[in-house]
Amino acid sequence: MTLLRHLAVAVVVGVVIVILSVRLDAFRDYQIAEVACYVVAVAGLTVLVGLSGQISIGNGAFMAIGAYAAALMTIHLGWPLEAVLVASAAIAALGGAVVGVAAARLRGPYLAGATLMLAVALPSIATKYAGVFGGDQGLSVSLTVPGFLGPSFPLTRWQAWLTCAAALITLVLLANLARSRVGRGWRAVRDDEVAAALSGLNVARLRILAFVVSAACAGLGGALLAVTTSIVSPGAFTLTLSIALLTGAVLGGLGSLAGAVWGSLVLILVPTYITDVAASHGLSSSTGSNIPVAAYGVVLIVVMLVFPDGIQGALRRLFKPMTPDAGILRGAPRRRASASEHQEEGST
Amino acid sequence: MKRSHLGRSAIVVGAVAAMAVAGCSSGGTKSSSSSGSGSALTASAPGITPTTITIGSHQPLTGVAAPGYSEIAPASAAYFKYVNAHGGIYGRKIVYKYLDDMYNPTTTVSVVKQLVLQDNVYAIFDGLGTPTHLAVAPYLNAQKVPDVFVASGCGCWNAASTLPETFGWQLDYVREGKILGSYIKQHFPGQKIGYFYQNDEFGKDGVKGLDDEIPAADVVSRQNYDPTNVNVGPQVAALKAAGAKVVVSFTVPAFTALLRLNSLKLGFAPALVVSNVGSDPITLAGLLEAFAKQGGATVSGNALTEGIITDGYAPTLGDPSNSWIALFKKIHDQYIPKLPFDGNVLYGEAVAYTFVQAMLKAGRNPTRADLVKAIEGGLPQGPAVAPYTYSASNHSGMTGAFIGVIRNGATVQTGSVLVTNTTSSGAVSPYTGTAPAAPASGMP
Repeated sequence: MTLLRHLAVAVVVGVVIVILSVRLDAFRDYQIAEVACYVVAVAGLTVLVGLSGQISIGNGAFMAIGAYAAALMTIHLGWPLEAVLVASAAIAALGGAVVGVAAARLRGPYLAGATLMLAVALPSIATKYAGVFGGDQGLSVSLTVPGFLGPSFPLTRWQAWLTCAAALITLVLLANLARSRVGRGWRAVRDDEVAAALSGLNVARLRILAFVVSAACAGLGGALLAVTTSIVSPGAFTLTLSIALLTGAVLGGLGSLAGAVWGSLVLILVPTYITDVAASHGLSSSTGSNIPVAAYGVVLIVVMLVFPDGIQGALRRLFKPMTPDAGILRGAPRRRASASEHQEEGST
Repeated sequence: MKRSHLGRSAIVVGAVAAMAVAGCSSGGTKSSSSSGSGSALTASAPGITPTTITIGSHQPLTGVAAPGYSEIAPASAAYFKYVNAHGGIYGRKIVYKYLDDMYNPTTTVSVVKQLVLQDNVYAIFDGLGTPTHLAVAPYLNAQKVPDVFVASGCGCWNAASTLPETFGWQLDYVREGKILGSYIKQHFPGQKIGYFYQNDEFGKDGVKGLDDEIPAADVVSRQNYDPTNVNVGPQVAALKAAGAKVVVSFTVPAFTALLRLNSLKLGFAPALVVSNVGSDPITLAGLLEAFAKQGGATVSGNALTEGIITDGYAPTLGDPSNSWIALFKKIHDQYIPKLPFDGNVLYGEAVAYTFVQAMLKAGRNPTRADLVKAIEGGLPQGPAVAPYTYSASNHSGMTGAFIGVIRNGATVQTGSVLVTNTTSSGAVSPYTGTAPAAPASGMP
């Protein structure tokens, strides 16, 4: 039943996106594709942080793994796109498993620190081994419109379709996973580790699994970003990206998949919109160029002050009469969900 | 089991998301063309209306490459404002939209798509940076968008067969390396020489030019850096350990400053030769003082740049009697008085001048192909100190530069302008022609 309902929703949203992509201009299609790439990555992170109660400031690095894997497979192996995307996600998941094994032993700030290191260190591998990864210049990936869509089908529309399809599939899978035995296990571990362990749950395995899922999503997001922007370079996967992903998850509403969509929309559209506004008001370039950065900060502060549950939390409150019971991932932003508190509880 | 309402809330999300995207879309301005007063000006190409020519660019306005380089686009915009105030190009006003790419190739792709697909620009002008612009040059060529006067001296822009729409402008790094190399060979014969260069096309092209001139036996150490890693201490220590008496540096300004400060810390004082892009004295002095302050020290920027050997392909700023400097200073003072009048501002105004030259040559109602054809037909020298080499088969720009030395915070020309070509056997020889003076009107 649940699976069917999620599928139905995905189909409806998919139809809306197809209609939109045909009606909007090429650049908007490109932006839709960008948003979809971020949705995939942010959704994975929101599951990790909101459901399993672990933090990662390193998911940008998993995106880099997925993106480089996709580029290298396209260039050297010439695999078809679907295979490349799946394999990229799998390779990033493998990376997630390795990190997850270490992460399962760490809590709170220590976990944040370890994943932070990953975000900082990994992109420099690309410049260190420039022969393989193309250095700062990066690798270029080309995406062509498949033949059955006709020769005049716009590339950006195909990009929007491809990325949105991937994003919808990811969201459906994650939504089902969250409602499954695994999802319940994650929530149990998040809310009280000791109680979860006493109930017979394998806490370490669940925590590692959360990292694997989150890394696979980030990897897929990275691979999609690679084929959308047609370039993979270390400059795209800096610490800023990892923090942006976390910001997206928090802004949208931690633990909510719909929130991942909101967060990604804010990440992509706000800077473009603000730049246009700043330019049209004829601000001096030193002011104008820094305004998007400042506006981003202001949006973050305002959302956190006014809607501590993120945008999705705010909508939930707004539409309460309509949807008395919010989505399946509800309850995630409970105050006591922070990982460091669990440690204290565990030690008492 | 409790009933889930994910379904409904997700539909709400989808619908509102759709509205958000659609709303932004309608915010974009697609101004319709108003008819020129009885003239025959037409909307002859994308980005051209009877009253305007819209061009776009990607620039590092924030981030690691922003110091100094962020002044270039405002300076170009200032020159375009001057042109617009003096009749425009056949009556059309230039609208110059430049977006911040933070020197990140992925962002470059995004902003260039915005300029081409949404803002519908006629051409991309002066896109800054080698790694950034390489990310978009194939796309622009596939879309047949003129990609003119890339702000990078990479030899990669000179590829008329694969990148027919792309044109370089500034002296390419191979020629620049050869000109600096020939000076070093002449003035530091038999001395131990060390290289310090950016680990990409920019640095490697420069080294190629240097190697054409400097005997291989003299080069005792070759160190490079990645612009993402500001710790260059190990490289500077290696240069010192190799006993280099001369260090040639193909660096962006921030890394010239880091090289200088790390040398100071190690008590290492070689003669320093820096490529043009990394040697603007005003930018360098500011960076040196700012970096030293971060490290808790106070230095005099001008004292540390004193004696740096470099090259220049536009007239020196310290020469107010030069007609080009007088013109560009006048425009600077009128439109962008808050920016320092430094090498970056001069660069921005000069490249904008070249663009206006090309547009005037492209004709009254130019198509995109007309601009490419106009440049391939060759352009008059303008503010450059040596002629351009534009032809149907050659898309690189300037051919020569003079050697200069930084004295009291300003580059002073020493000796005559030298010209060369990009082949390893091509000689470096003095330029025999005379550079033209700036037109009194300030318009090409």
